[in-house]
Amino acid sequence: MTGREESPEVLGPQLLGVVVGGSLSQGLEVRLEDGGVVEELKVGTFVTIRGERHRFFGMVTDLGLASADPRLPSALPDTTNPAIVRILSGTSAYATMQVTPSLVVGGEETSLLLEGPQPARSIPFHFSRAYRASQEDVQAVFGAEDERHIWIGSPLDMEDTRVCLDLAEFVKRSNGVFGKSGTGKSFLTRILLAGILQRDVAVNLVFDMHSEYGWEGGSEEGHAVKGLKQLFGSRVAVFSLDEESSRRRGLSPDYLVRIGYDQIEPQDIETLAEMLNLTQNAAQATYKLASRHGQQWLREFLALEGREELAALADQLGEHQQTIESLRRRLDRLNRMAFLVERSPEDSVRRILEYLDRGTHVVLEFGRYGSDLSAYLLVANLLTRRIHDSYVRRKEQSLGDRAKEPRPLVITIEEAHRFLNPQVAGLTIFGTIAREMRKYNVTLLVVDQRPSGIDEEVLSQVGTRITCLLDNERDIEAVLTGASGARELRQVLARLEPKQQALIFGHALPMPVVVRTREYGPRTYAEFGFREQAELAREAEKDLKDLFG
Amino acid sequence: MEAPERLGEVVQASTDRFTAQCYRLYGAPPLGSLVRAGEREPHVYGIVSSVTTSSLDPTRPVVARGASEPTEEAIYRSNPQLERLLRTDFEAMTVGHTQDGTIHQYLAPLPPHIHAFVFRCTPDEVRAFTQRLDFLPLLVGARTPPGDEVLAACLREAASAHDQPTEFLVQAGRKLALLLGGEMQRLNTILRRLPL
Ligand SMILES: Nc1ncnc2c1ncn2[C@@H]1O[C@H](COP(=O)(O)OP(=O)(O)O)[C@@H](O)[C@H]1O
Ligand SMILES: [Mg+2]
Repeated sequence: MTGREESPEVLGPQLLGVVVGGSLSQGLEVRLEDGGVVEELKVGTFVTIRGERHRFFGMVTDLGLASADPRLPSALPDTTNPAIVRILSGTSAYATMQVTPSLVVGGEETSLLLEGPQPARSIPFHFSRAYRASQEDVQAVFGAEDERHIWIGSPLDMEDTRVCLDLAEFVKRSNGVFGKSGTGKSFLTRILLAGILQRDVAVNLVFDMHSEYGWEGGSEEGHAVKGLKQLFGSRVAVFSLDEESSRRRGLSPDYLVRIGYDQIEPQDIETLAEMLNLTQNAAQATYKLASRHGQQWLREFLALEGREELAALADQLGEHQQTIESLRRRLDRLNRMAFLVERSPEDSVRRILEYLDRGTHVVLEFGRYGSDLSAYLLVANLLTRRIHDSYVRRKEQSLGDRAKEPRPLVITIEEAHRFLNPQVAGLTIFGTIAREMRKYNVTLLVVDQRPSGIDEEVLSQVGTRITCLLDNERDIEAVLTGASGARELRQVLARLEPKQQALIFGHALPMPVVVRTREYGPRTYAEFGFREQAELAREAEKDLKDLFG
Repeated sequence: MEAPERLGEVVQASTDRFTAQCYRLYGAPPLGSLVRAGEREPHVYGIVSSVTTSSLDPTRPVVARGASEPTEEAIYRSNPQLERLLRTDFEAMTVGHTQDGTIHQYLAPLPPHIHAFVFRCTPDEVRAFTQRLDFLPLLVGARTPPGDEVLAACLREAASAHDQPTEFLVQAGRKLALLLGGEMQRLNTILRRLPL
């Protein structure tokens, strides 16, 4: 006998229970056959329900205990007797699960055969049987790995089953990776970025705050994990804002980003108002400055010395002297950002665009400036604004000719709530990008641990949300904004494991899913396209042999 | 195969129960045991729900006779006519019948005839009959006072005919638990009467 014959699949899917009530909006109540199974089920487990005509696919959203007699607690049987316990469990005292049916996966209708799973608009009848979903069911729902799907993780308790994400669909809208610190956001982001690269569905621009996506990142266990450059070589360019940090890590960046003062616009300063502790008046004064002094407004302003010069300027602008003085004090901070130069010898934006146009993915490492939020905000906002401008221009020039359109671009930003909070979402380019969807072929991948800080309207534009554990009520609420079945998903979200588990829902998936995130590490680099030097050498040798015999 | 023991004849019958008079004084089967009325099909199955011994002639009530006898046994030895003056009857609650060779665990269309022979089912018959427990509602639903005692006795009797009595009782218990959904106390009372 082979091992295969002994495996449980051969015995057919595991019967869990029968439908005894519920509704489409609130989910179905399933009475479990066997009391003990409730301990093995989890919120998020996939279930198929065989109705009379259709097969439904859904997820466990709650588990409960019930008794046929409400007086059970006062008429307690002899629970030390195992036979009595066997008699009562599943009968007088039983477990229930709440299942939200999301899809119809099989049945008589031809549309299902032709188009695959359809959103569930009906429910199975009473006494329909609920089974643990099989590997085939999951595959039928989420698709198999192919040129547009990547494997993102496995459903709970189904380690061998792969849940796939339709990346081609994914990059058509802005998306978010959420979760509190240490839950696996960066690892998930690496998997997504690598997937986008592998499937070639878009080109990435990553504002890499903690310098962890380009060459290498760290894990909590203290070992290094490979970044995109190590996996994909020349298909990735690492740009740096901090030469020193790169050099300290023994890396030579592909390009050193410098930003001229003349590239900074009043808007950029206004976006930083909160971080720089600027008063509203001071922020507004920058607009006057700029209209008076043109492109060099900031450099000239920072060059002013002494109270007299500032007083004279205040006079000219019709501002209070204190306003101008405080503005000057706050902006002094910019002088500490060594990547800011009077006039950039080269246009960093043009260089980034050149790379992106060639299909080379760009990771901009912030080095030590990653710990200075105002620097991160300033640079990401400023570069993105100009890149977006260029995209808008080119998209409009292409006049609908796809070949002339710029490549779809995915911009990854961290601490997204800093860019997209209600105060600044209207000012920053990121708010614009999130709202205009992919009209200009640019979308965002926002990575954030505090989604409640993100403007609600922007959040509602986030197409697919991948969220690890969140424990703050307001964050949970925010992430679920506008999601159908939010009430049920809330149960699921609050019970994720603290690491490497995520709830994913939105436009790139047919239904919400909880996964154990795919492993990203030494054992799996090859799956993401990494090949060891030795292997490459062997291959080259073989090619030569094939060529010359 | 062991032949079923013929115990007596039906002397009174209605849709949901029948009474048999035993051929032998004290010849009734134990409470809860499975009996079958009818020599040929259709058989009617019943669960023994009460046993009564009384005077054969209701106009001549039984009187005490042992004042000067040393033992109870001696009373019967000294009065051999007693065997003819007393009768043992038992009542059975109908729990099924056969029709065209198939056992149905619900009431028969008609009760057994008077004088129908009543047999005690052999362990094989008991096992075959209690393979399914669809007759339990008939016992659960019988609201006569000793109903649950009969039910418990029935399960005890049936269990002893099965190879794995405890397993049988657990399965039966689960069935009961579903039937007695909202009546936890009652279920407990029955379960306490089972050798679990
Ligand atoms: N997909 C994964 N593969 C391997 N390890 C992971 C994965 N997800 C999370 N981890 C583990 O969890 C730790 C925290 O993940 P990380 O992505 O750094 O969290 P976050 O960015 O949310 O703070 C990592 O150091 C790693 O040990
Ligand atoms: Mg991180």
